[in-house]
Amino acid sequence: MKRATSDHWLMRWFFIGIVCAFILFFLIFPVCVILIEALRGGIALYFSALSAPHSVSAIRLTLLVALAVVPMNTIFGVCAAWAVTHFKFAGKALLISLIEIPLWVSPVIGGLVYALLFGRQGLLGTWLDTHRIQIMFAYPGIVLATAFVTFPFVARGLIPLMQAQGSAEEEAALTLGANGWQLFWRVTFPKIKWGVLYGMILCNARAMGEFGAVSVVAGSVDDRITMPLQVEQYYLDFNLPKAFALASILLLLSAVTLAIKIGLEWRRLAPNIVRPH
Amino acid sequence: MNAIAVRSEKSHDLGPVEITLEPKSLRTPQRRRRILPGFHLTLGFTIFYLSAIVLIPLGALLLKTVTPTQDYPTVFKVIGHVFSVATDVRALDSYRLSFGLSFAAALINGFFGFIAAWVLVRYRFPGRTILDALVDLPFAMPTSVAGLALTQVFSTNGGYIGQVLFHWFGWRIAYTSWGILVALTFIGFPFVVRTLQPVLGELASEVEEAAACLGANRWQTFLRVILPAVRPALLTGVMLAFGRGVGEYGSIVFISSMIPYATEITPQLIIIKLEEFDYVGAAGLGLAMLVMSFAIVSTVNLVQYFAAKKRGIA
Repeated sequence: MKRATSDHWLMRWFFIGIVCAFILFFLIFPVCVILIEALRGGIALYFSALSAPHSVSAIRLTLLVALAVVPMNTIFGVCAAWAVTHFKFAGKALLISLIEIPLWVSPVIGGLVYALLFGRQGLLGTWLDTHRIQIMFAYPGIVLATAFVTFPFVARGLIPLMQAQGSAEEEAALTLGANGWQLFWRVTFPKIKWGVLYGMILCNARAMGEFGAVSVVAGSVDDRITMPLQVEQYYLDFNLPKAFALASILLLLSAVTLAIKIGLEWRRLAPNIVRPH
Repeated sequence: MNAIAVRSEKSHDLGPVEITLEPKSLRTPQRRRRILPGFHLTLGFTIFYLSAIVLIPLGALLLKTVTPTQDYPTVFKVIGHVFSVATDVRALDSYRLSFGLSFAAALINGFFGFIAAWVLVRYRFPGRTILDALVDLPFAMPTSVAGLALTQVFSTNGGYIGQVLFHWFGWRIAYTSWGILVALTFIGFPFVVRTLQPVLGELASEVEEAAACLGANRWQTFLRVILPAVRPALLTGVMLAFGRGVGEYGSIVFISSMIPYATEITPQLIIIKLEEFDYVGAAGLGLAMLVMSFAIVSTVNLVQYFAAKKRGIA
């Protein structure tokens, strides 16, 4: 009776063994390596590596970039989800597909497009040069490229969530005399706040860890690069203790992200995203 | 005809709220959908931001492949240069490497991802939830950290596993194509698992019981009943991992030696073109990658479309 839908115990443990071995070897082992290498020289060396001028400036720039990108993409995500889920209009399916473009395009393309637009030989290059506006190899360029790659994170979580919730409660609030802001903050926002948070932490993790797009627009000016690029710079300079120390901070960030993400998913507060990305 | 117009008193923040209850509006659904405020504001901002961050920059890439510059004064010369860069031997070698290795990594992930999804959905054992949580690690981890870690594991001099493999078997992983394969497998692992999990979970056990009643053994049930049911999801997961691998750059920078014609991936070639100030060539390679990514994403959508259609008929 039971055998019809369950596997033999030997087979079961064989498969569990394979998966454990794969995850241990491929996922856990590299993480441990980062931590071991970062702390190899002792705690004192670890903190001195983190407080090196280049490390500090990279951490600062990364935080500043995330501080700009995450709110921008969150506001966009909420607006897009509101427009797409509460109204019917021509070209809605097209709009949703267009929002997903950055997910399937290479991150390097995300940097390349801005280089072709704002770079010295780019379409707007000479104009920017004469007006002395610096976008490439500077903060605005890094923010734009990061915004490109993290663009859909909030929106694609919120759209299915708000679709499932429908507009009945909003319509009820409207008949009770609520205006637009009251409607959003008192009715809609409490319903979607965990979905927004979910999108924001995913967006933040990617924004702080983005390499490909930022490496195109940031160049290699030492005090104007983000943490992932600084890790590479240290690595190329054979300064491994510093590279691993800085990488451990990024690792900590991804651990925190994963913890919040799993917490939300276990409490069933996370939006149900059909396709992973 | 008496039309009743209701206007909310404090409604200036998200645009005027106007509900016109007249017999005609009740019949046309188009009017009823727009009861909620903020249509113009939210859609306007959505389209503005989408254009500013994604569409106009992508348009710039297309425009760059036809815009004459000092070096290529006519449109035909620009297009000619774009074409020659995108079909250059070095570019072709990079496509072959990017696509071949991404495909191989996607297949590896298809195999192990299937087993992992099966184990996580079907079996109950201590530590399952932790294992399930760890699957997302490559999503959460910055690619450069993954690249650095994998290089340290697999480098021949001083790598934790790499030096063992090198001394015992003479294998080199880091700084060869094998290293790229390892990195791409790492990056793509969650895609297959996460696409398969919900589908495997929804699979009704009655179907398997029926197969068993009809005399199928476990292997036959798997091949003839389970596999056909999850095939679209498996294909989607593999294609997503493939698509992600093709565009991957952050982790490969560390683990690959980036030797032209041998271990150079297409994104790296784009960056080299930019550093050489060959913006037109970089745009050409970017366009080639866009076209190929578009083909991959279209395949995914086709697979899902046909799967949905088949389910609708069945």
